Amino acid sequence: MQPINILTSIAAPLPLPNIDTDQIIPKQFLKRIERTGYEDFLFYDWRRIQEGPDAGKPDPGFVLNKPEYSGAQILIAERNFGCGSSREHAAWAIAQFGFRAVIAPSFADIFFSNAGKNGIILAALSEAEVQTLLERCTSNPRYRITVNLEAQTVSDEQGFRAGFPMDPFRKHCLLNGLDDIGLTLLHEDKLNAYESQRRHAFWLDPKPQNA
Amino acid sequence: MFEKVWQQHVVTEPAGEPTIVYIDLQLVHEVTSPQAFEGLRLSGRPLRHPERHVATVDHNVPTTSIADRLVIADQIANAQVSALRKNCADFGIELFDVQDADQGIVHMIGPELGLTKPGMTIVCGDSHTSTHGAFGALAFGIGTSEVEHVMATQTLPQSKPKSFLIQVEGGPNGSLPAGVTAKDIILDIIGRIGTDGATGYVIEYAGSAIRALSMEGRMTVCNMSIEAGARAGMIAPDETTFAYLNSRRFAPKGAAWDQAVAHWRSLATDPGAAYDRELHIDATSLAPSVTWGTSPGMVTSIDSSVPSLDHARTEADRKSFARAYEYMGIRPGTPIQEIKVDAVFLGSCTNGRIEDLRAAAKVVNGYHVDGAVRAMVVPGSQAVKRQAEAEGLDRIFKSAGFEWREPGCSMCLGMNPDILSPGERCASTSNRNFEGRQGRGGRTHLLSPAMAAAAAITGHFTDVRNWRFKP
Repeated sequence: MQPINILTSIAAPLPLPNIDTDQIIPKQFLKRIERTGYEDFLFYDWRRIQEGPDAGKPDPGFVLNKPEYSGAQILIAERNFGCGSSREHAAWAIAQFGFRAVIAPSFADIFFSNAGKNGIILAALSEAEVQTLLERCTSNPRYRITVNLEAQTVSDEQGFRAGFPMDPFRKHCLLNGLDDIGLTLLHEDKLNAYESQRRHAFWLDPKPQNA
Repeated sequence: MFEKVWQQHVVTEPAGEPTIVYIDLQLVHEVTSPQAFEGLRLSGRPLRHPERHVATVDHNVPTTSIADRLVIADQIANAQVSALRKNCADFGIELFDVQDADQGIVHMIGPELGLTKPGMTIVCGDSHTSTHGAFGALAFGIGTSEVEHVMATQTLPQSKPKSFLIQVEGGPNGSLPAGVTAKDIILDIIGRIGTDGATGYVIEYAGSAIRALSMEGRMTVCNMSIEAGARAGMIAPDETTFAYLNSRRFAPKGAAWDQAVAHWRSLATDPGAAYDRELHIDATSLAPSVTWGTSPGMVTSIDSSVPSLDHARTEADRKSFARAYEYMGIRPGTPIQEIKVDAVFLGSCTNGRIEDLRAAAKVVNGYHVDGAVRAMVVPGSQAVKRQAEAEGLDRIFKSAGFEWREPGCSMCLGMNPDILSPGERCASTSNRNFEGRQGRGGRTHLLSPAMAAAAAITGHFTDVRNWRFKP
């Protein structure tokens, strides 16, 4: 995982609540066995014209198709971003497209966890703060936002400044690009002790010997 | 109950880090596992407990015929299924493959085989893992990095969720009004609290209406906990749970069974336990439900109409409503019963169980599917399919004009060839009505199996409470 701390970028607005992971990455791209190459599938259906003679062609009205938002590393949406399926492909697609932070009033639990494991900062601000940012980046595609992970703030050059919550451990992992598995294995002595003290608890075994 | 299960699985609580929680069982399927196995190979880490892993193929297997399943025409899907076979062989995981008598949707076979037991922690790279909470297990969906984490360590670092009691009271002996099912209870809950209403919580369902539900019904309720944003849903184990589990393949036998039951009984929530949040629902006032929009919270009763913008609670909801009207090709104020359907899907980990097929067959018996409707039944597992065939349900469905398919996730998420065409409208017993969920441009309405069956016969949403059942 790539470490991240301070990010300054233009931001792409997606002013909708409950953006689910089926929209972020439709199911047909979940058949792949690779972990990379998902960037072209991000918001696949929303990026394309759905009906009429131009069906299937890029929809010039969709924010990620607008050249003025090209290169945005920050995505802004409304509440409950990332709800639905547990597919980590959603986080892979967002990161591989080039986003390093998503700002919204709230995030779904599983997506929240998946994003953290892929070096994406999720900054939850109040509804009003998110509305302010959405208005500013919609009216001015060159509007720049700074996300500071260390300070846990989102700010701009017009005096906007807001804090976001962040679990200290998650922050530590994001700042340092740490792999969770290695960290857990540092506690392997505790894990061995736990397993040996409950060795008798066959009722917690999927396939107990006495079945 | 949640508190007890959590405490029994704490490996360590390192200062400044999330709690490391032990995972008793990880269920594996073809879609969210290949990158996890690859991660183990790249890092040279072994899979710590193969005996705590069980795999099946469900998401992208065709349901048309046994031949189509043995050689999957979609090369990418085939490669994914082949990868699972190789990974299970390499890492020593038991796989219930497509031709196996116990194959089925991952959340069906865990309970059927008795792998799922009260008090366990269960994870799977699938959000509907919450299903297993019906047994009093703490069960939740995870992403692929976490799948790899569990493979390597049999644990997950987790911050402790908050607790949410949802108390559902029925009539005498917990009874529900005619035509109202477990599906209607959970759709009503999601409609009330919203699709993020339980984010950060584990829901515990209690009350007489929950106690009166069969295990099948309880699984339907817990299954859709994720649709309310919950980390998990749980129901305390009781006699219904033990009767279901007793003599299943991987349930303890003899004296060990009694010992296990004694342990499971101790999991029940102590009287007076405090919850971070509570909700009380009077189930006697419920009616059969149908979703009208593109989020499971956009739900109303069969005897009402598509809600107007005035029903949107916030500005964001207004935008969602407007977008949903357009996507669904539906006007506010339209009576639900006037909406015609093109397709009916009976199946999924939400409603693909034997009880669901019985309820639907009872409605279908003696009728024929409307000429404008294509209808299919996809049993959730081989065991359900066998049982239904033994009871003659397949003949009822087939003679009514339903397709009778092989088990899998099928049209719930449309990863296999079972999809809707753009603009097609489907009455579906599944769990998500998101845009494009059942196929790009497809329009999904969620409802109970009996209600889906009634819609298949009449060609439009129909109040099953007025149904003329034929003997």
